[in-house]
Amino acid sequence: MINWKVILSISKTHLLSRIKQSSIAALGVTFGIGTFIILVSFMTGLNGLLDGLILNRTPHVHIYNEIKPSERQPLDLYDKWENSFKLVHSVKPKLTQAKIHNALPLIQELRKNPDVKGAIPQLKSQIFYISGSIELGGNLVGIDVLEEVRLFNFGDYVVKGSPEALNNYENGILIGSGVAEKMSLDIGNTVQISTVRGDLFPLKIVGIYQSGLADIDNIQSFASLKTVQKILGEPKNYFTDINVKLFDIEKAVPMARNIENQFNLTAVDIKTANAQFETGTSIRNLITYAVSITLLIVAGFGIYNILNMMIYEKMNDIAILKATGFSGKDVQYIFISQAILIGLFGGILGLVVGYSISSVIDTLPFETEALPTIKTYPVNYSVWYYVIGISFAMISTFLAGYLPSRKARKIDPVEIIRGQ
Amino acid sequence: MGNNTILEARNINKYFREPVLFHVLKDINFSIKHGEFVSIMGKSGCGKSTLLYILSTMDTDYEGELFLNGELVSGKHHEELAKIRNSNIGFVFQFHYLLSEFTVLENVMLPAKKLGLKSFEEIEYDAMEKLKLLDIQEQANKLASRISGGQKQRVAIARALINDPAIIMGDEPTGNLDSHNAQNVMNIFKNLSVERNLSLLVVTHDHDFAEKTDRIIEMGDGTIISQ
Ligand SMILES: Nc1ncnc2c1ncn2[C@@H]1O[C@H](COP(=O)(O)OP(=O)(O)OP(=O)(O)O)[C@@H](O)[C@H]1O
Ligand SMILES: [Mg+2]
Repeated sequence: MINWKVILSISKTHLLSRIKQSSIAALGVTFGIGTFIILVSFMTGLNGLLDGLILNRTPHVHIYNEIKPSERQPLDLYDKWENSFKLVHSVKPKLTQAKIHNALPLIQELRKNPDVKGAIPQLKSQIFYISGSIELGGNLVGIDVLEEVRLFNFGDYVVKGSPEALNNYENGILIGSGVAEKMSLDIGNTVQISTVRGDLFPLKIVGIYQSGLADIDNIQSFASLKTVQKILGEPKNYFTDINVKLFDIEKAVPMARNIENQFNLTAVDIKTANAQFETGTSIRNLITYAVSITLLIVAGFGIYNILNMMIYEKMNDIAILKATGFSGKDVQYIFISQAILIGLFGGILGLVVGYSISSVIDTLPFETEALPTIKTYPVNYSVWYYVIGISFAMISTFLAGYLPSRKARKIDPVEIIRGQ
Repeated sequence: MGNNTILEARNINKYFREPVLFHVLKDINFSIKHGEFVSIMGKSGCGKSTLLYILSTMDTDYEGELFLNGELVSGKHHEELAKIRNSNIGFVFQFHYLLSEFTVLENVMLPAKKLGLKSFEEIEYDAMEKLKLLDIQEQANKLASRISGGQKQRVAIARALINDPAIIMGDEPTGNLDSHNAQNVMNIFKNLSVERNLSLLVVTHDHDFAEKTDRIIEMGDGTIISQ
């Protein structure tokens, strides 16, 4: 039977009568845990930001019709030369539409799948922006703007005006920021565009789009599906791409393979498209944890030292306690509980300090062209890091206190009393 | 071994192996009856302290058998021995061994808190009673490091009494005191023995002190010369 009340009251007295040493030991833990919280909040905040930059707006599965040479040439169909060696020179891709056949039933089918969060069509077309005598090559993408906002955070990249305006204006366009700058255009202006076939259309600028990637912003603009279909003179079921977002990104690979096999279309999954991305994330996490663990080990050595010293100073107390009937275990728990109390107080203070400094970082301005929606440094306030932090503190102080406390347990009271 | 024997040592032998093999206690046999006040005397270095550490169960490195209240305690586990010390043995050292960061009252209460049989209030009341018995109740709330040597010695006796032990052992409990205080402690022991029928075993160099006890065990060179 262990009488924790007595043990804790003894360790409390020990700690309080050496308040300076105890505080220094606790501050070591505070430093380690605080740094961990700051580092991990900031690093994962940054990870989240980069995830948002690439992963959130990238479809998990992108379906389109790739223009490539036919695998089966007309010659293969002629069975008279079936077993002969055939040689075809200058194979050219067959002239075919970029259109996805039966896109609407395919979308219906995809939406029925319980893994799919959303599947939306796009219509990509080559156009020219015309302003006076200038002609700029570019893309106009027809989108279902509300669905794009819901699934791919499209709204984050409309820096002026609003994405919903696309639905409100008959011939609205969200123009790329690079295009707008080159042609000195702004919201409310009208831009002339011309299709590849040469038809001219005036479109009213209802917003400016900025992805942060100059290559895109210099050529790409968005309009509603209806508008683009009208410009191209195509029917309402004419789409070139289908973008799928899943609930679980891990299912992207099998789904893409499935679609390719089933529908004779090209389907690219996000993992293949952004293979290098996850490596960066895991290396940043690795650095964060490595630095934090190093700090905690240093703090742990501090606690180990202080407890070791304390036990030398407290030899007499240990001998008295043992002589009056406290067992070796009791004495061990007295010192272990001191280590844990140091860890608990230092750790909690570390969480508070970490939280405070993270929230200060959160308010520091961080503005960059590449990230139009970000105004301050990104910070991730996940509760898990605080749970991990305090557990770290408790475990490391426990380990630091364990060895000295075992020594205290083994001290022979007779030796101490005789030594007087 | 009669029913009223509180402590019995049978064929106790002890050796120190460092620096050279040294037979410090040679075949010690004796017993103490319930309520007896016994003193141990002998030349310096003859092994009195060594014997007392064995009898108090703190030292387990010996040969022979030790009975407390008729129960064999030799060979028991450390944890169990701690319990036996806690409830059955009160120990008073030559040097006033108190926990200096605790108050006088807390020092006296600690063994009872460890025993855990009584509530905090009961223990506090008992501790105050013991302090009154030794006439130092005014010092109860002072830190143990802030009282005089004689006062510390009396606090140590109060602490030894707190769990109403079967026997109190003292290793030169007056060795560090002036003659007045030594006289005082002697009177306290005598009273405890007479009025409370407590068993006491005290090592001393003081002949006057020893004369007042019920029995003197005379030691010489690791053996009992007379008892
Ligand atoms: N740890 C030890 N290692 C070796 N020899 C020891 C040790 N402790 C004590 N001794 C020896 O054992 C003998 C008995 O010591 P002990 O302390 O029991 O004497 P004592 O009778 O209490 O003496 P005093 O009256 O001076 O207190 C002494 O000769 C001492 O030198
Ligand atoms: Mg001695």
